[in-house]
Amino acid sequence: MFEIDAKDQYYRDLNDMVRAAVDKGEKEISLKNVNGQYYIATGLRGKLDLSVEGVPGNDLSAFMDGPTVTISANAQDNIANTMNAGKIIIHGNAGDVLGYGMRGGKLHIRGDVGYRVGIHMKGVKRQSPTIIAGGTAGDFFGEYMAGGVLILLGLDSPENSSIVGDYLGTGMHGGAIYIRGPVEQKYCGAEVGVIDTDAEDKKVLEKLLKEYCADLNLDYDSVMSRPFKKLIPVSSRPYGNLYAY
Amino acid sequence: MDHNFQKDIAGCGLTGLISKKRERVSGSIIAKSLTLMNDRGNGLGAGYAAYGIYPDFADFYAFHIMYDVQSARFSVEEYIKEHFHVEKVEEIPTTPVKEIAINPLLVRYFISPSKGSITGDGNGEDFVVNAIMKINSEIDGAYVFSSGKNMGAFKGVGNPSVIAEFFRLDEYEGHIWTGHTRFPTNTPGWWGGAHPFTLLDWSIVHNGEISSYGINKRYLEMFGYKLALLTDTEVVAYLFDLLIRRHGLDVATACTILAAPFWKDIEDLDADEKEAITALRQTYSSALLNGPFSLLFGHQNGLVGINDRIKLRPLVAATKDDMVYMASEESAIRAICPAPDTVWAPRAGEPVIVELEN
Repeated sequence: MFEIDAKDQYYRDLNDMVRAAVDKGEKEISLKNVNGQYYIATGLRGKLDLSVEGVPGNDLSAFMDGPTVTISANAQDNIANTMNAGKIIIHGNAGDVLGYGMRGGKLHIRGDVGYRVGIHMKGVKRQSPTIIAGGTAGDFFGEYMAGGVLILLGLDSPENSSIVGDYLGTGMHGGAIYIRGPVEQKYCGAEVGVIDTDAEDKKVLEKLLKEYCADLNLDYDSVMSRPFKKLIPVSSRPYGNLYAY
Repeated sequence: MDHNFQKDIAGCGLTGLISKKRERVSGSIIAKSLTLMNDRGNGLGAGYAAYGIYPDFADFYAFHIMYDVQSARFSVEEYIKEHFHVEKVEEIPTTPVKEIAINPLLVRYFISPSKGSITGDGNGEDFVVNAIMKINSEIDGAYVFSSGKNMGAFKGVGNPSVIAEFFRLDEYEGHIWTGHTRFPTNTPGWWGGAHPFTLLDWSIVHNGEISSYGINKRYLEMFGYKLALLTDTEVVAYLFDLLIRRHGLDVATACTILAAPFWKDIEDLDADEKEAITALRQTYSSALLNGPFSLLFGHQNGLVGINDRIKLRPLVAATKDDMVYMASEESAIRAICPAPDTVWAPRAGEPVIVELEN
């Protein structure tokens, strides 16, 4: 374990130290006393474990391609922007605009998430990004979603309470959103259909949620104790003809 | 100096704190919080507002005035002496810092309206507001940037730490503080364009853009406000003054007007609430703030944080004992309060209203 004390370090200096450690071949790096430093783990590639103590700043793990990042506290905005591969585990809450244009890898959050989570996520062929949040979400969950999987659990909310905000899946045209609780059509984008989960969905959920529960020490059976709703886009390529005629 | 520009699109950082029990804290605390978000700004504007800093002059309006030219000072002081009792005049204490090569002349006045001069409401506040509008719009190169009682704004062109050092912020103690670092993109950064924007006891720091500036400005002009600082945030300070002081609305109602619920959500309310909010939206349609914003509104009795209705700018709140903190980033709170009791992200359009006890 290679330790770096981030206390009062400017974000550029801190990230230089992290990159220098990675270049030297360190595979387990621990950052202590982090508070607000931007761009931690941004652009890092390959297999390595990075643990963060404290609240990391915005743009954590942007363009990340491979590493596993574990945050013991809350995290801020713009995590996993255009992330390609790897995993981020957050034990607290996280902020707005998570997984913007995310194209692969996993983002596992124990607590609540903010607005515009999973905006413009995309998946192609074997690439399928996943965001799972254990608490509640703000408005515009899955906005312009083009691929991948978003799961919202509401683990700390009473049964049948609303755990997601307004404008759910607005502009969605690919991928799937699973909500563990009720979903009202009036809070969904016009392109979104709300359906019950089937056996195929259960297989998807089992695979993803078993890993999530293992990461965050949660009981898989109690996570599965409530029914899920599935949200999918019901129009395909609505603007496909826009420039064709 | 020609400040002929229209509006401001900003990606800024803000922070604020309040001690509900009125424990006064040093300005170095808020500066530390704001400095953590240094990179949200670009050095073209930073500032602070503080409440409870002038207890020895609590009955006087504390005018902070910036002068581009010495001659403006003569004109303003002639005007003030004619209409106000002047308890004390002094240059605002500053420390030379190498990052600030040029600064306006900064003078503060502790004043009260002369008895014979008062027009408008009986307690003189209309009179004071009119005097501020007159100075800001009619005397070239003079700007009243703070005018409340037992409070003050300190702002200029520079980074958060530079402005704090320049104004010797650590020498002030207040029970409410706000701070702001600016990233002007549409208008030059100039001393008057830094936040906070204030009028009487109201102060605003703002991250975002008030797209409805033109509508709000014309609406305010009907009530005699003169928009002289040429930056969108100015309208927010004057709207709060209009709604709360002049129209007698409470803080929550004022927030409902500025960040009004969408019509589709009003449809779902109970009949009484639907009627009330419909009436507010219709009456005050020109006071609606459109565009992305998170802002902190400081006043004599408390601190308010509010977002636009779809949360296009960040805002995080936290509590610790009797303290409440609000900032653009959680880390800015943790920089001065490492272990808060609670931390949460306020919902879009739902104000966090904190009032002083007693």
